[in-house]
Amino acid sequence: MNGSAEQALSREPLLELHRLTKQFGGLVAVQDLDLTVNRGEIVSIIGPNGAGKTTVFNLITGIYKPTSGRIVLQGKNIAGLSPDRVVKRGITRTFQNIRLFGNMTVLENVLVGQHVHLRANVFSSMLRLPGQRREERRAREKALSLLRFFGSDLVARQDDMASSLSYADRRRVEIARALAADPILLLLDEPTAGMNESETAEAVRYIQQLRREFGLTILLIEHKMTVAMGISDRITVLDYGRKIAEGLPDEIRRNELVIEAYLGRKTVA
Amino acid sequence: MLQLIGQQLINGLALGSLYALIALGYTLVYGIIELINFAHGDVFMWGSFIALSILTAFGINADHQIAGGLLSAVGVLVLTVALAMVCCAAINMIVERVAYKPLRKAPRLAPLISAIGASFILEDSAKLWQGNSPLFFPTIIPDVNFTIAGVTITSIDILALVVSIILMFALDRFISRTRLGKAMRATAQDPEAAALMGINIDLTILLTFLLGGALAGAAGVIYSMKIGQAWYVNGFTVGLKAFTAAVLGGIGNIIGAALGGLLIGILEAYATQLFGDKWTDVVVFAILVLVLVFRPSGLLGQQVPEKV
Amino acid sequence: MKILGPQKSAGYDLRRGIFRGWGLGLIFLVVLIFYPFVADPTLVAAAANAGIFIMMALGLNIVVGFAGLLDLGYAAFFAIGAYAYAMVDSGAIAIHGHTITLSFWPMIIGGAIVAAFFGAVLGAPTLRLRGDYLAIVTLGFGEIVPLVFRNTAALGSVNGFTGLDVPSPITLPFLGVIQFSVINPVPFYYLIVILGTLVVLGVVFLRDSRIGRAWVAMREDEIAAACSGINLVRTKLLAYAMGASLSGIAGVYYAAKLTTVTPDQFDFTVSIYILVMVVLGGMGSIPGVMLGAALIYYINSYFLVQLNGWVHGVPLLAHSLLGSVDFTEIRNLLYGVILVAMMILRPEGLIPSGRRKRELHGEGIALESLSLVGEVAAEVDVGAGVTVDADSEAAVGGVAESDLAAGTDGRE
Repeated sequence: MNGSAEQALSREPLLELHRLTKQFGGLVAVQDLDLTVNRGEIVSIIGPNGAGKTTVFNLITGIYKPTSGRIVLQGKNIAGLSPDRVVKRGITRTFQNIRLFGNMTVLENVLVGQHVHLRANVFSSMLRLPGQRREERRAREKALSLLRFFGSDLVARQDDMASSLSYADRRRVEIARALAADPILLLLDEPTAGMNESETAEAVRYIQQLRREFGLTILLIEHKMTVAMGISDRITVLDYGRKIAEGLPDEIRRNELVIEAYLGRKTVA
Repeated sequence: MLQLIGQQLINGLALGSLYALIALGYTLVYGIIELINFAHGDVFMWGSFIALSILTAFGINADHQIAGGLLSAVGVLVLTVALAMVCCAAINMIVERVAYKPLRKAPRLAPLISAIGASFILEDSAKLWQGNSPLFFPTIIPDVNFTIAGVTITSIDILALVVSIILMFALDRFISRTRLGKAMRATAQDPEAAALMGINIDLTILLTFLLGGALAGAAGVIYSMKIGQAWYVNGFTVGLKAFTAAVLGGIGNIIGAALGGLLIGILEAYATQLFGDKWTDVVVFAILVLVLVFRPSGLLGQQVPEKV
Repeated sequence: MKILGPQKSAGYDLRRGIFRGWGLGLIFLVVLIFYPFVADPTLVAAAANAGIFIMMALGLNIVVGFAGLLDLGYAAFFAIGAYAYAMVDSGAIAIHGHTITLSFWPMIIGGAIVAAFFGAVLGAPTLRLRGDYLAIVTLGFGEIVPLVFRNTAALGSVNGFTGLDVPSPITLPFLGVIQFSVINPVPFYYLIVILGTLVVLGVVFLRDSRIGRAWVAMREDEIAAACSGINLVRTKLLAYAMGASLSGIAGVYYAAKLTTVTPDQFDFTVSIYILVMVVLGGMGSIPGVMLGAALIYYINSYFLVQLNGWVHGVPLLAHSLLGSVDFTEIRNLLYGVILVAMMILRPEGLIPSGRRKRELHGEGIALESLSLVGEVAAEVDVGAGVTVDADSEAAVGGVAESDLAAGTDGRE
């Protein structure tokens, strides 16, 4: 089994999706989705293109309002909250297409991630009051330690424009930014997209390390089957907005519906 | 009372039909490149000035001055309008090439700022050319009043309505029946697919500006005939009203632009009646703000230019 | 993918804990302090006036440069600040029969507060609007505000307010009593230098703080900013309020210096005037917009007049087409050319903010992570103050999800 089997079996639900549905006009992107992520788990959502996976993320993080259904975090319904309120509740994310603030430095990107936890207001900032200065210093240290998690490279490049970084580095900074808000649940949207084998392996390693070091629960969308199989405690499979399978990686691997969804109908010999 | 309402309705419709012509220019351009052509109102204003200079060149600078009766008056009118349309089409195309085309890939803020700049350039050059003050603009055709059921309608009002209808009809035919028109619709819907189909996007966009400019030019001539003056300030005020019309009707929607134009014309007429001249502009602005805030898609909201 | 060399950001150097360029700033300040000793009074007066516009440019820079909100009606807040002072100075505001009169000094803060309030009020309707529409609405407000002043008797109507008081005398240590009068520009000059310095410091501190970062992040990518915990509504309103407050202070100063306030002083061209300063100098760049403001002010108030004199002085030119041109009348033409030319040739401005240049030239790798993505197509209303563009849905969802964009509620 993957990851921390004992933790996975703790079965304390952190996030629960109940009959989550999202409709855009005539198109149903997500249909009646039930999903549970337990504390400490790494759960993957997989499925063919257009299956609605990112829509689920957008629903959880408040970018979309659900058409119906509930999104329950630690027992409280968060469906329909604006994205910044969702961050306050403890959920942050990365994006499939990496959305860093290209014209801010690496360090500033991670500092932005701390926005919800910083107390400075317009006046304390304009006047640079001692409390604000202290807070900024601490924030900077925290940002640096987050960058350090990925190695000394990023720390050395803290003052560089985020858009000048390599793809893999930008992905790391994006994750660091998401971590900066001290989330309890981290959503990673195709974290290994665009990476080669060794970069992917490294990403898998640090994702697992994230769970260990930060005590995070992780929900990820993954397109690469090997990654999903290798990293997840449980996997949920979506197709055309519906859940078609759910379970342990080995079960999913052998599931006919899943194979069919990805490869099309089996031809009869 | 009813008569008053009717009267303002006629006034509103006449002006509104001109607003509609200008609004079409905004909407066509927005539909195809998602840009508000701030300079469009100034192109309209240039139509007035070009017409005025033509008329002056012919020595026509007062009402009822054209010898030869109605026929020659109409002849002069047609000539003037045609020339204004051609010139304004050209101006609009130049604006596109110089101020917008280089910025097609730039972030949104850039062409927006450039559009403002283009507007200023057109405005001030007109001011440079024709001066600060309003200039007298002759009515060209005889200004006759017809009174029906207590409501007065002038020949120029009729002209405005007739010309607008003709031009809008022609536009509709062009867009729905010709290849170039189809190219415009395709580009508005999906520029990439259109390009893949072999449509020359650059030319299509240029064509859109041509059409918009021509319509604005025609409107410029008739508008000046109606209010009897040509003044560079009108570019901005009328432009904003026409833009409000386009937004009210649903930016990108051709029927919407026509409808919006008429509505704004009528609303303006009633507002002037109720609140007086000085508040009219505020009312129209207020309508604009309200529409954009509460129903940005307008009445018929869709970004794709549709068949009229 | 291109990997570009490391680029340092301007401004606060977090590592060393100082502001880059502070040395230069200090030198500049010293020059400013000694300026009236070497320059004649007309130049000092001009410099003081330029200071007004520099302050406004700094304010607009917050809205347009930092937060990326194209405000075309910025002069409205200048008007509001000026009128606020005019009205309390003239005793035009009475509550329960008690007239409120405040002198200049508290009104510096008072004007800022009133302007900030209206900044938020006028900014509120624009919160969900995209660039084009936002600009138009702010333009509309910029037109409406002076019109309201002009058409309302209680607000001075066409004639406005005249005979306003200059700032009351204040006593300073070492310097004694400072008297203000319409004929002596020097005290006004130093006043704007002090105000300006405080404002510059405040803005510089703001930019490298939590809220400053939030503004820039929001400008770069609204969705990513929201998903990083930034409340878009509050952040935008703050930008409007802060920007407006600076314009308000400038307005109060202006009214007390000119002692007259009329609606004509605040029309749309003033808003564009400030915008040109910001665009020319460099959107988002504090030294840039200050330079842009100084340059445009100089061109507007001096260069054009001088050009007139020069052209008419040279017989060859005076008789040519150029000779018939009154250069002071074509300032808008010049602004228009500057706006278009800057956007095409050097959108980052004269002194780029270090960031802007690369963004506007479309260089670098992450075009997706730049503000381009969030701005293209329709918007979907997703609740409390968050606007989402259907196309950024596509970016958020990857290629496959772009099908959804086509099916959404259409252009909002």
